[in-house]
Formats: sequence, C-alpha cells, structure tokens
Amino acid sequence: MTTFASAGPPEVQPGGTSRPAGEPRDYPRAVTQRTSEYWLALGGSLLGSLGLVWLLYEEILPFSGTVGFMICWFVAYLVVFAVVTATAHPLPIVLDRMWTALITGAACIVGLALVSTVVYIVYRGWPAVHHLNFFTQSEDSGSLTGPLTQGGVLNAIAGSLLELGIATAVSLPLGIGTAIYMVEVGGRFSRVVKTVVEAMTALPDILAGLFIYTFLILLVGFQRSGFAAAMALSVMMLPIIARSADVQLRVVPGGLREASLALGSTQWRTVWRVVIPTQRAGLATAVILGMARAVGETAPVLITSGFSTFMNVSVLNNPMNSLPLAIFTAVRSPDQLFIERGFGTGIVLLAIVLILFGTGRFLSRTKVARR
Amino acid sequence: MTEGEIVTSVSAPVFDAAETRALAASPTGAHLDADRVSAWFGANKVLERVSLSMPPGTVTALIGPSGCGKSTFLRILNRMHELVPSAKLAGEVRLNGQDIYASGQPITLTRKRIGMVFQKPNPFPAMTIGENVAAGLRLTGIRVGRREREALTEDCLVRAGLWGEVKDRLHHLGGSLSGGQQQRLCIARSLAVQPDVLLMDEPCSALDPTSTRRIEETIAMLRDQVTIVIVTHNMQQAARVSQQCAFFLAEQGTPGQVVESGATKDIFERPRDPRTSDYVHGRFG
Amino acid sequence: MTTLIDLRPPGSAPEPEDTPRAIRKSLSIPDHLFRWGSTGIGAVVLAVTGAIGIFLGYQMVPTLRHYGLHFFTENQWNPQLNILGIAQVLVGTVEVALIALAFAFPLALLTALYISEYAPAWLRAFLVSMVDLMAAIPSILYGMWGYFLIMPHALYLSRWLNEYLGWLPFFHVVNGKPRAPVFNQSAYDSSPFIAGMIVSMMVIPLACAVMLGVFRQAPLSEREGAYALGSTRWGMIRAVVLPFGRGGIVGGTMLALGRALGETIAVLLILSVNTDLKFRPLENGGVTTAQLIANYFGEATSGQLSALLAAGFVLFAMTIVVNTIAAIIVNRGRSNALTEI
Repeated sequence: MTTFASAGPPEVQPGGTSRPAGEPRDYPRAVTQRTSEYWLALGGSLLGSLGLVWLLYEEILPFSGTVGFMICWFVAYLVVFAVVTATAHPLPIVLDRMWTALITGAACIVGLALVSTVVYIVYRGWPAVHHLNFFTQSEDSGSLTGPLTQGGVLNAIAGSLLELGIATAVSLPLGIGTAIYMVEVGGRFSRVVKTVVEAMTALPDILAGLFIYTFLILLVGFQRSGFAAAMALSVMMLPIIARSADVQLRVVPGGLREASLALGSTQWRTVWRVVIPTQRAGLATAVILGMARAVGETAPVLITSGFSTFMNVSVLNNPMNSLPLAIFTAVRSPDQLFIERGFGTGIVLLAIVLILFGTGRFLSRTKVARR
Repeated sequence: MTEGEIVTSVSAPVFDAAETRALAASPTGAHLDADRVSAWFGANKVLERVSLSMPPGTVTALIGPSGCGKSTFLRILNRMHELVPSAKLAGEVRLNGQDIYASGQPITLTRKRIGMVFQKPNPFPAMTIGENVAAGLRLTGIRVGRREREALTEDCLVRAGLWGEVKDRLHHLGGSLSGGQQQRLCIARSLAVQPDVLLMDEPCSALDPTSTRRIEETIAMLRDQVTIVIVTHNMQQAARVSQQCAFFLAEQGTPGQVVESGATKDIFERPRDPRTSDYVHGRFG
Repeated sequence: MTTLIDLRPPGSAPEPEDTPRAIRKSLSIPDHLFRWGSTGIGAVVLAVTGAIGIFLGYQMVPTLRHYGLHFFTENQWNPQLNILGIAQVLVGTVEVALIALAFAFPLALLTALYISEYAPAWLRAFLVSMVDLMAAIPSILYGMWGYFLIMPHALYLSRWLNEYLGWLPFFHVVNGKPRAPVFNQSAYDSSPFIAGMIVSMMVIPLACAVMLGVFRQAPLSEREGAYALGSTRWGMIRAVVLPFGRGGIVGGTMLALGRALGETIAVLLILSVNTDLKFRPLENGGVTTAQLIANYFGEATSGQLSALLAAGFVLFAMTIVVNTIAAIIVNRGRSNALTEI
C-alpha cells in the first residue's frame, strides 16, 4: 500500500503556495556550520594567549615594542587554538582552523597596510591642504620652505592635467587602433605586432623616460618640457591600453559581427557601429584605468620634464611641474614645511587617482546592470 | 515484475570471482529519516514538507518530472544544500535518530557518513586513479598504513565494479577514463570513507546503456552494505533497482512535494493518486 | 512518388572530379581604407615600440666598446673617474626584487584565497575593488609611507634579525652592534630589506588579482565532490583549488617579479646608493638599475649615457623574459583549458 504525503490532496492557496489544510506555516531554520564549541574555543584561545604573552613578554621573550607583541600574540593564539582543537577533533579540522586563522590574518595585514597608507598620507598632508591657497596659487607665490599660508600646487595640478591630456590624446587612438587591427583584421603581421606590444607592457617606467630623454631631448633637440613628459607617459600608456582594448574587443561574440555583415554592412561600419559600442563601457574603463596609472607615474616625468615653481602652460618650452614630481622634490628635502607640502600634494594626487578609479569602476558597473 | 529484480543480459555472468568475494557481509547501513523538510532559495519555496523514511538494506528511488525538487531534497540529506548562499530549509533530517542539522553536529562527519555521487562524474583530475579512491581518506583525516590503503582501494574498486578494468593502471590520471568508468570511480571514492548512506543524483543520466547496466549491478551489490537513495528520471531504472519509491511533483507555481510513496511494486502496479498513475504510465514526464 | 538519384547512369564515362571554385573577395573602398588604415596604425605602433627596444639594445655597442666586458664585472659607478660597471647594480636589483617577492608571494596567495574562498559573498566584490585600488595607488605614495612611517619601525626588525640570525652571512650587518645600548640606526636604515618590503606593497595587488581570477574558476563540481566526501574547507582548497590554480599562482608571482625588478621611485626614496659588491640586505645601502639611471642621468656624458641605456637594456631584457614566462604559464594552466571532464 502506498502512502500519501498528507491526509488528502493539498489545496492550492491564493498566492500559489500549496499547503495541507490545517497545518501552520513553516519557516526556515537557522543553519550554521560553526558550532558553539568553535566560538568558545576561539574566544578562549584569544584570551588565553593574550594572557600568556602578556606575562612572558618583556621578561622572557627576546622582543620589544607593540609590533612584536602583536606578532607574539598571534603565534601564541595559533598554538593554543591548535592544542584546544586537537583535544576534541581529528587532524583535518585542526588544520582547517589553523589555516583559516592564517589566511584571515594575512588578508587583514594587507588590508591594514592599504588603509594605513591612505590614512597616513591624509594625516601628514592635512595641515597643508586645508589652506585654500594650496589649490589656487603656485609655488612661486610663496617660498617653498615658507609658511603654508602662501603658495600652492596649482602649477603642478595644471602640469599634470596637461601632460595627462596630451598623453591620452596620443595613446588612446593609437592604442585602440592597434587593438582593432589585432582583433578585426588579424593575420600574421598582426601576431608580430601583438607579441611586440605584449613585450612592451613589461617596459620599466624609468626606461620610457630615459628613451624619450635620449631621443627627443638630446638627439632631436627638444627641451625638457611638458611635451617630452607627455611623450614618455604615452610610451607607457600605449601598450597597456592596446592590450586592455584587445581583451575587450575579443569578448564580443563573433555572431554579432556576422549579423552585421549579413545585413550587408562593411567591415569598417561593423567595427565602428557594432563592436565598439558593445564594449563602450569596457573600453572606457580600460582607458580611464590607464590614465589613473599614468597620472601617478613619477619616474618618466622625473627625467623628461624639469622641476619648476612657476605656472607654465606652454607645453613645449620650459620645465613643467607635475604632481608626482612636486611630491618627489618636496619629500626629499630636509625642510619640514616643504615635506608637509609634499604630503599635501600627495593628497591631491590621491584624490585625482581615486576619482579616475571610481569613474572607471562606475562605468563598468553600469554596463553589468544594463544587462 | 517482482520486487527488486534486476534486469540483466542473458549472456555474461554478472560478477567475476573477485567481485563475488567482495559480497561478504559488512555492517548494514543506517536509517535515514526526513521529517517535514521544506526548502527555499531566497524567497522562492521549492519543497513543501517532504517526509520520507529510508530504511537500511533498501534502495529508495525518488522519481518525478524534472524541476520538482528531487535533487534539492537529495542535497538536503547530506547538508550540501546550504552551500548555495540563498538556500534555506525547515524540518529535520535524522540519521539513526539524530538530527543532522542540530547545532553541535559536525558537518564534515555528517557528510562523511552520508556520501554522494553526482550526475556528472567529477574525479579529481590532478590525482591518479588510486589517489582518487583514497582521496576521501586524506580529506577526512583517516590514517591508514600503505598496505591497508592499497587493500581498501582494491576493495572499493571491486565493490564499484571497476577493479578489473583499472587494476593495471592505478597510477594513471583520473581524467583518463571513459564516462562510465569515471562514474564508477566516483562511487569507489565515496565508498572508501565507509559511509552509512549513499545518495546518488541521476548517476546514469550522462552514461551509455552498458555503463548504466554496470552501475545498476553495483547498486544491487551495495544494497546490503549501504542505504541507497537514488534520484532518477528513468522510471524503468527505478523499477529495476529500487525497493521503495517516492513520487515528487510540483504543479505549476507550487513547491515540489511527495505525492505518493511506498513499495516500488505498489507504486507501479497499484498507485492510488491519478497523477502517479499518469506519470508511471508515461502520460506525462 | 520519390525520385531516385542516379549518380552514374549505366555505361557512361565517370564524371570528372569537382574542384572548389575560386571566390574573389572584392572589398568596397571604405573597407580597403579600413584595412590599410588599421594595418598602418599597427605598423606605426610596431615601429615605435620596436624602435625603443632596438635603440636600447644598440647602446650596448658603444658601451662595450668604451668600457669593455668589465662593464659587467665592475661594481663601482663613479662618473668622475669614469669607472663604470653594473655588477652590484644587477645584484642589487635582483636582491630587492627577491625580498619583495618573499613578502608578496605568501601575502598575495593567502589574500587571494581569503577573497575567493573565505570572504562572505556580499564582501567579495568590495574586496576585489580594494585590490584593484591598491594597484592604482601611485608608487610614490607608497614610497612616502614606507620611508616616513614604516622604516623607523622596520629598523627594529632588522636589528632583531641581525641579533639572532646574524651569524648567517645573509643576515649580517657590518657595524650593526645589535646589543649596544644606543641603537646604531644608520647601520640599518635605507637598506634593501626595507626597500623590498615597500616594493612588495606594489606587487601584491598584481599577483593577487591574477591568482584571484584563477581561483574563482575552479570548477564547482570538483569542489562539491570534495565536500561530499566530508572534507573541511581547507581540505577542499588543497585538493581542488590549489592544483587547479597552479598556473595562476606561478604566473602571478612571475608577473610580480617583473614589476619588482623595474620599480624606481620607492627604491629612490628609501635605498641609499652604495655600489659595494655585497649581498647583505639588512644593511644600509644598495643600488638597483632603475635607481642608478634616475640618479646619474643628469650629469652623464654621452659615453656614460650609453652605459646607462645599456644597463637599462639589461633590465628590460630581464623583465621581458620574466613577463613572457609568466604569460605562458598562466595560459598553459587549466583555467584556460577548454576541456571538460
């Protein structure tokens, strides 16, 4: 004899759920993988190891300072937790808990390093930044080592934006054009181009600067200027943008291109009106992230554009200051106020990078939401 | 058709000598009970108060059209359901009387005692055949000496019906076998940790008829040693291998539930619900 | 009624073989322009980027002519006396890069494991963004953080290492005086060890992103297989995720190595130039290729400039080799394989 699941066929309730008449609603139960024993062992180990290290620290163990204390405490916690777990559980569980602690600890260290970098820069640079003149004047309005109420980094901001603009104007069309060539046209020659472009992404930033210095400045005769710095930046940006754009364009399914060609379109129109718009957000993100990286590059501009204190918008003549360069010069000096200016400039640079980064992220997120 | 008869081909013998030796008695499996189990994915309820008793020494088949929660129910039985972030459940699942979801129950021990074979064979490709069989031992921390491990590997492969085909190439990689062989390797791997219950989620749906037959023979062999619960789309297979069946159904818009359950023979010959009758006679599916 | 197809009516001669016909692809004018234009851009980019490599490489010629093979064995870099050599420069570059890797490899690997395996789902996207943010922060800011905040504290670590492990030549510091009552800071500051520590901050997000991308592709079926056997999370990671991600782990690390070899600014800010031939990272002073170039390009005569460019070429060759190996390893790994078991 078979059994029914309930006394009779279930009734269909309004709303689509079917429930045997007369029984109360059921609710999900809380299911955890962590037992109470786990949390007790964890808490107990933390406290126990803390006490242990506290007692032994300065006296018996050969370390000193807060950092050493934290390290000792962490190691002691691992040992105590391992021993406590081993009394009740087999080896795989002991190992699992140990590695969980280590992995979480490592992630915390990295997170802490990142946070402390940002916080420290802001903290040290704050005295300089909350004067309005920092943003509206250039360094020549006050002395570099003078009080913070005079002078500012306007020239550096202008320099950075100019150099970035020129570099992007050069490397964007060339980079995306190369990517289009590699993906849409293809062929043996394009594979050569691809290999060389990949190799160039490995170029250390200082060599980009040195190449432009030797080639443009010494051989061709340009001055050390903003233009030269922009060229060095574009040498750096070009392979990166080309490679990211290449990845983005390859993601577009071949079916899309075929559909366009089947309608009678030319290849150029297919690329311009179908392929690129499909990946518009991805390409924009790639370019913006390339820009974010370029604006913070110090080594190339160090060599190709000189340091200056006055506002200079003439790109081809005279040294042009930029944010990373200003920071570099400032923090290397022995003067305290100058160093503070340097940190303040660091906040400005960080803010620009964060804005670019956030914009890039926002663009790629919008794309996902639209799908 | 009598209860539990296996349809075999007339010509070849079912087991060779080594496999017959392996039929020696082992402790029977455990009693698995599902008590009013409901399941959700997020706000979407997919199972409605399923109660089912799966005694030792029997093969229980879960049958029904696709999408009515059979696989979800199976995954609840060994706590794999909660791996999905939005998954929730209500009710109890008792192994020999103990609710496996009670707080304090070690989840790894539960999964060791209730093993699972998946629809698509998933041997570990980075390990050899021998290492695959013994993988469960390493993963659950069971320590065995080398000779014991080799004997256990051979025993499990014999019970899974694969020993004859792989005994000379235990050091080849796990991915180098055919689909049917891979599935039997996964069965051997599950057996190595000596589970009380073995859950099988449509184990033959991706396999050819010969492999299917081999695996059904294995299931029949294992019946006395391990409680088996098998989800299958194939009604004839359910009729061949199981002693009791549960028929799952999810009408449009409602969560899946068990419409009828009982001895396989009764489900197929004397179903009480018209929907069960329609399903087993192939009028929908 | 159906029709039979008579392939060969009886008695007739066999038909000639059919051959494919030539299809002439005639492109429209815009397409011709497009193809030629793209090829042109590709050629220009190839020329420019190739020129850089060739130009740098060509500098070896005047350099070797001027300084001979001693260029590779001489460790001093003295522009006034015109004695130039990159022996210690190469040693120092590799030294700083290896120290950076020693910090970066475990931290990047464990952080990638945390994000892909341990972090709760709602936190994961945020953490991935944080890793990308870490990569976007300019290296000069890390250099400042390292020099002003970390170095004063790291000195104590250096001294501790010298005190207890200083009998090993690698950990020894000349004039270290670890037990002296007054801490001899100048023996420990501005060392390759500290520079390597800061460079590791820059390469951790690089390696972490590659490893993360690979770990997330580890197949769910294998993961479930391990769990269904009763494995713990770490057991599953060891059996499934790590073997699967081997290519990404090695490739990501090599990518990080390539970046660490070429890092300039952090080294400039932290390491003080010292071209003595030595391999004692805890000790003050050292030199890397990038730092050398940045320091000496200003006053270099044309011959010395060629030497700097030649040193740069050696560095470039190293980074290309490392990056190429990294790309091969990552592509060879299982995450790119199309086969499904």
